[in-house]
Amino acid sequence: MNRAMDGDQVSISRRVLDAFRLDPTLMMLLFILSAFGLLILFSASGSNMDLLFRQLTRLGIASVLMIIVANVSLRLLKKLSLGFYLAGVLMLIAVIAFGEVGKGAQRWLDLGFLRFQPSEFMKLAMPMMVASYLSSKVLPVGWKDLLVSAGLVLVPVLLIAKQPDLGTSILVASAGFFVLFLAGVRWKIFMILGILVSLMAPLLWKFALHDYQRGRILTMLNPENDPLGSGYHIIQSKIAIGSGGVYGKGWLNGTQSQLDFLPERSTDFIFSVFGEEFGLFGAILLVFLYLLIIYRGLYIAAVSEDTYGRLLAGALSLTFFVYLFVNTGMVTGLLPVVGVPLPLVSYGGTSMVTLMVGFGMIMAIGSAKRFLR
Amino acid sequence: MAYREQLKDNYSETRLIQRRLILSAVIVLVLMSIVLGRLYVLQVVEHDYFSTLSNSNRVRLKALPPTRGLIYDRNGVVLADNLPAYRLEIIREQVDDLDDTLQHLSEYVDISKQEIKKFRQASHRRRPFESVPLLFNLSDEELAHLAVNLHKFQGVEINARLTRNYPLGKHAVHALGYVGRIDVKDLNQLDEANYAGTSYIGKLGLEKFYENDLHGTVGFQRVEVNASGRTLRVLDENPPISGHNLHLTIDSNLQRLAEDMFKNESGSVVALDPNNGEVLALVSMPSFDPNLFVNGISTKDYKTLRDPKRRPLFNRALTGQYPPGSTTKPFFGLAGLEYSVIGNKQTTFCGGYYLLPNEERRYRDWKKTGHGKTDLDKAITQSCDVYFYSLAYSLGIDRMSEFMKQFGFGRRTGIDSTSERPGLMPSREWKRRARGMPWFPGETLITGIGQGAFLVTPLQLASATGALSLKGKRYKPHLVKSIEYPVESIDLKVIPVISGTYPLKKELNWQHIVNGMQNVVHGIRGTAHRIAEGLSYKIAGKTGTAQVFGIAQDAEYEEEEVIKKLRDHALFIAFAPVENPKIAVAVIVENGGHGSSVAAPIARKMLDAYLLPDQNNGDTSKQETDL
Repeated sequence: MNRAMDGDQVSISRRVLDAFRLDPTLMMLLFILSAFGLLILFSASGSNMDLLFRQLTRLGIASVLMIIVANVSLRLLKKLSLGFYLAGVLMLIAVIAFGEVGKGAQRWLDLGFLRFQPSEFMKLAMPMMVASYLSSKVLPVGWKDLLVSAGLVLVPVLLIAKQPDLGTSILVASAGFFVLFLAGVRWKIFMILGILVSLMAPLLWKFALHDYQRGRILTMLNPENDPLGSGYHIIQSKIAIGSGGVYGKGWLNGTQSQLDFLPERSTDFIFSVFGEEFGLFGAILLVFLYLLIIYRGLYIAAVSEDTYGRLLAGALSLTFFVYLFVNTGMVTGLLPVVGVPLPLVSYGGTSMVTLMVGFGMIMAIGSAKRFLR
Repeated sequence: MAYREQLKDNYSETRLIQRRLILSAVIVLVLMSIVLGRLYVLQVVEHDYFSTLSNSNRVRLKALPPTRGLIYDRNGVVLADNLPAYRLEIIREQVDDLDDTLQHLSEYVDISKQEIKKFRQASHRRRPFESVPLLFNLSDEELAHLAVNLHKFQGVEINARLTRNYPLGKHAVHALGYVGRIDVKDLNQLDEANYAGTSYIGKLGLEKFYENDLHGTVGFQRVEVNASGRTLRVLDENPPISGHNLHLTIDSNLQRLAEDMFKNESGSVVALDPNNGEVLALVSMPSFDPNLFVNGISTKDYKTLRDPKRRPLFNRALTGQYPPGSTTKPFFGLAGLEYSVIGNKQTTFCGGYYLLPNEERRYRDWKKTGHGKTDLDKAITQSCDVYFYSLAYSLGIDRMSEFMKQFGFGRRTGIDSTSERPGLMPSREWKRRARGMPWFPGETLITGIGQGAFLVTPLQLASATGALSLKGKRYKPHLVKSIEYPVESIDLKVIPVISGTYPLKKELNWQHIVNGMQNVVHGIRGTAHRIAEGLSYKIAGKTGTAQVFGIAQDAEYEEEEVIKKLRDHALFIAFAPVENPKIAVAVIVENGGHGSSVAAPIARKMLDAYLLPDQNNGDTSKQETDL
């Protein structure tokens, strides 16, 4: 990174990137991933140019937001944490009170000029808040701070789960959890928590989950039980991926996707399209690309000289990983079907904005070291 | 706050977080390896399995029903063809809630319970992704209504399919039979694979008898479909082979002529060419429109056809069994000459009735005053009953029965159609077997005038008349002249089969009988003399009047008083020209009274039409334009 400071040998593009406080490695990786994403989205949407342009527009808007956020100082970010968090919680309450119902769940808040998904906002506000709280405490985290943090995590997560939106509540919960994990919660506590959760699992199963959520878990365990109902998604997805083989059927040639057998193929199940058309090689390549992005984020976290920055960048990178893991696990039948998109590839605007803003924060953290001192 | 800041150990905190970050990186790697392992299992280990599933998802075998063979009359007039008709079809696999869909569909078209029942039956033998017809023959209005709203229904289609059509409608239906929708009964008999995609099957008559020829061979298409079952492209195709076309022996003009002659009467006419057994007309009246049956007849229509008095569905020509009455007299006369129990000029005195030795019962002649001294010629010409009572008494039932069987009585002719019945030639053996009773001499007498247990079908009677015209040579009647294989362009001619020959002992005996029959028409006192007017060729014929119910002893038969249903059947048999027979006819008019007045004119008209086509030219051309 320091080499970036050395005058003449530095390329012009590097200078431009530096001027905007952007991390070149991460930028390049994100660019490649987005290109991949558009390519496969074109195929998954049945060569729908309109859809592709809409996605491209979102990508553009999200990138602009990322650049703006990348230029926000770490100090300001930290200061905003509490405000964002409180605003997020208020908005979640507002959603439950006046929110719009879409697909059987209240997730949207209509502000008149824009429709807004507060749970999405919480994906960023949560790690910011917990990181900001813990960065001022002595690490590793003690019992009292742990309880406060746990409260900070649980309130919004429960509000989101009530909407109900299992996928987002998992992502928000993991964002908060990762901060705690990185801040050094002792193993002993994890073990106790683990035992508690497994003890409570039957109760959660019975009272905390909606019928359809229970159904999804049962379906994941045995999709063939209900091949035309809830098992259909998983079966068709496995057929798509499995029939892709090692080399895939070729771009635009996936029969499962092109002939509509695969449901939700441009959104949550887009990885199956990729697996079908590009095979195991393509899938490994894509996973590798994701891992590079995650590791770049973790590296930026590791080399950051500020605790808040370290915790936030690490948590955001790991949340990005949760997207990847839950989505790929879901489409391959390892995990139940929860609505988690394949990050930056699935069609859809809100998660893309959140993710890119997250990367903006990571870049801001990365550049803080270079410019703030 | 300040003192707490001092307590923070920045170095150890950094190390702590970095350790956790490294740990996270490892966990990330491990978890993603599990996903990659899973991908390996799906895409490499189980690849073949999922490939198969993927193909069975997208590739489907679609049955292509063959086009049913056409049926022509002997002059090439189309009697049965196939017309495109719009059908409402449902692909069950794509319908979430069948009842709900049917309910909604009935907002746009009428769907009867009967149709729903038939649809459910039919859908049992189709695979879930095959379309099953619900409504056949949509009207333009229904079509318009449905087409506009079709987008509201998943898995509901309108398709144009070929449907059987009988252009002549009710004409010749008893010769043709008809097709109908395949039902549960048919399912047990047909070859399921070959009928995949077929909706119709021959139910009756020729359509049933020649089902294997007419149906053809099913074709198959491998098609690529999308998830909603829509065919996207044809991968390969094995086209269906059309059924064979039938060219009939029936002359549709002759057929229509005869049918029109019946007006409102019931009865039957069979005309055939004695020289080869080709059936020229096979009439059973009243008739019905077979087109009603093709797509399943409505209960209302069916009710009218079940009219118990007129019974239009009943095929009188093949299934109707009537007492032949006096039409048997030429045959028994020939038997008498051949067995030498009578001589040609030998006479019997007819006093109006006949008495068996030692019996009181009078066997009446139709003419109360009697015919007086009667020889064979007079007995045939004037249809003297007493002469034939006496003849029967001399012959005995055994010889009568044996002789008549050689002309095909009491046995199915073996015509190429369905539901033919054998009639009944009574004999001692039959009586013992069927009734468990001995034969009474009185029965011999009434058999001698074609009454009693003696029953014939119109077809049998025509066939026997034809055999008589050929001095005993009897061809098997048949309706199909040739079978055309359109693909191979082969026209397979049906070769006439001789089904029996009576070896005539003396040709002169035969000549005497034919002379008698000729006098029936041409003789001044012949019972059918009234049809002789203006004849340019010679007809040999015989009238008959068959009693429908027995007249009690001493009771008077007053025609006017007897309600129509119980009136006698009128019969007439004939062949012409006498010197070189080309056509033999049997006519039965139910409850028509006397054969001479009702049945004979029908025969005359037909013989004229067949033998003198030039005189009927105006008539025939008019009929053809009517088609």
